[in-house]
Amino acid sequence: MEEISNLMQGFAVALTWKNLLFMFVGILLGVLIGVLPGLGGANGVAILLPLTFSMPPTSAIIMLSCIYWGALFGGAITSILFNIPGEPWSVATTFDGYPMAQQGRAGEALTAAFTSSFVGALFAVLLITFLAPLVAKFALKFGPPEYFAIQLLTFCSFVGMGREPPVKTIASMMLGFALAAVGLDTVTGTLRMTFGYTHLLQGFDFLIAVIGLFGLGEIFLTMEEGLSFQGKSAKIDPKIVLRTWATLPKYWATSLRACLVGCWMGITPGGATPASFMSYGLARRFSKDGAKFGDGQIEGVIAPETAAHAAGTSALLPMLTLGIPGSPTAAVLLGGLLIWGLQPGPLLFVEKKEFVWGLIASMYLGNIVGLLVVLTTVPWWAAILRIPFAIIAPVIVVICAIGAYTVHNNIFDVVMMLVFGVVGYVFKKLKYPLAPLVLALVLGDMAETAFRQSMLLSGGKVSIFWSNGLVGSIVTLALVILSWPLVSRVLELRRKPAIA
Amino acid sequence: MAENEQTSSSAITTRWAELVVALLIIAIGLVVVMDSHRVGIGWADDGPRAGYFPNMIGWILTAAGAWTAGETLYRWKALSGQVFLSRARAVPVLAMLLPTIVYVALVAMIGIYVASALYIAAFMRWQGKYRWSIVVLVSLAVPAVIFLLFELWFLIPLPKGPIERLLGF
Repeated sequence: MEEISNLMQGFAVALTWKNLLFMFVGILLGVLIGVLPGLGGANGVAILLPLTFSMPPTSAIIMLSCIYWGALFGGAITSILFNIPGEPWSVATTFDGYPMAQQGRAGEALTAAFTSSFVGALFAVLLITFLAPLVAKFALKFGPPEYFAIQLLTFCSFVGMGREPPVKTIASMMLGFALAAVGLDTVTGTLRMTFGYTHLLQGFDFLIAVIGLFGLGEIFLTMEEGLSFQGKSAKIDPKIVLRTWATLPKYWATSLRACLVGCWMGITPGGATPASFMSYGLARRFSKDGAKFGDGQIEGVIAPETAAHAAGTSALLPMLTLGIPGSPTAAVLLGGLLIWGLQPGPLLFVEKKEFVWGLIASMYLGNIVGLLVVLTTVPWWAAILRIPFAIIAPVIVVICAIGAYTVHNNIFDVVMMLVFGVVGYVFKKLKYPLAPLVLALVLGDMAETAFRQSMLLSGGKVSIFWSNGLVGSIVTLALVILSWPLVSRVLELRRKPAIA
Repeated sequence: MAENEQTSSSAITTRWAELVVALLIIAIGLVVVMDSHRVGIGWADDGPRAGYFPNMIGWILTAAGAWTAGETLYRWKALSGQVFLSRARAVPVLAMLLPTIVYVALVAMIGIYVASALYIAAFMRWQGKYRWSIVVLVSLAVPAVIFLLFELWFLIPLPKGPIERLLGF
């Protein structure tokens, strides 16, 4: 078992006092980000990224990934206590979590949420530990057509499995690709879509887009809804924790289903949000108490939380092994790796073994630390949420502005952040998904290069994408997923007359 | 923003918002296509030219926009009751958006510290109706913490203006 010994070396890397401290700081910052409106995993990590430029890469990625785990944990707190999903993936947690809090079972709901988050993450990390090296080894043989095929699969999954209208997903994604093309074309040295503006020479940085779309956009939405945070009080004492833990094994089937759904949706980038909804839906369908879902069933908390955390964690698998992130936050982490001079992809597993296994080991440790931290500090976070929005909102905007500025030390980026904020607000309201835009912006250049190289190999014939079994089956699968919304609509129309 | 308002009611309706955004998407798509044609969409001696890939992207973007626009027009009557943003709900959104625009302009002019202090103070006083003492405390404390964190601890310089220069930074 080569993986086990590698993992042990990874633990040796991660288990230094300094890294443990970074882990702890990361989790605390992450929960804070997860709890506050307007700051989430993706833009939180984007804002904090510049602070880590001077750190050693291993410590930096440990801290940033822990921010991500923290944000995943934190979303549950606001959902259960305040009925406000701090993160999109915790919307489904409000369905049963908040009713439980209303019945005075907040402690139970929170314990169940945190524990199932932990279980989901653990499942995903185990998957990464044993699957990632295999995928990486396999991917070493990939050529440009295979890479483009994987990218195609990534983007088609958004269209086929998203909850938003497929055409809008395509529009949002293509907008991302178009923005990615702006600036200097690295292959031919041509300037594209700069229209004489020197600001546009560098193109659009996706970190700015992430901060604007997810940060400011969310703040505008929150303002519109005029939320006043009035939450249930939360007390967790060891007795409640132990009592809840004793009941959890009963729901092993729900957990397992949620883990599988989460990992599938995380690796093929459906993302944590659809995973949590899908898992909630499945749990309701298969549970004995399915009809009682929505009035405070503990299963209704376990299912979405497990899936969201499994998806959020497993999104790092394609990011590390193929260089293709499965979620916006994974994309931001990928951006970080590139800035530290590490090229994600199969070679990372060969050349930077220490880094990769240090990171994987820190996933185990980070989630354990995270579980302990959130279980002990809940009342604290609930208190932060009681700070009035009139103070929180401008402070968050200031933090976003600083984050946008520090990416390139450029004031123009702060203006762009504001523009992206307005776009994010309008898109959210009209149900254009934002994640495909961000991912297309990140992967645009890579996808284009892979496509061009493939075309170059084949002399412009698309048939290269069916030139061998592997690439052919990936592309075919991608096209099937892409056309899935159309197929399912046709099937629905066929079935309808039969019912009526 | 370019959203049109209907004359009869005091709200931006969803169908107009959908239509305007779809038309903007078509416009962006066409700009991408045009620019791709400018740099060349065909093949050069060394392979596909710079506009080869963006040209396709531009066309798909245009098509996606056109589909949404068409669908909106097709369902125009059915969508009539849906409101994108009512006047009552627009007030808090503008109360956030307008000061933020001013804030971004101020950051460019007088640096991030003073602008942030003014922005937080204005927002707290105007939206939160706080007493001046609390307003001054919070709006000075936040930039001070940011200064300590960025300039002194992480050594990342943030934009500064005339007031910081007077203080010797």
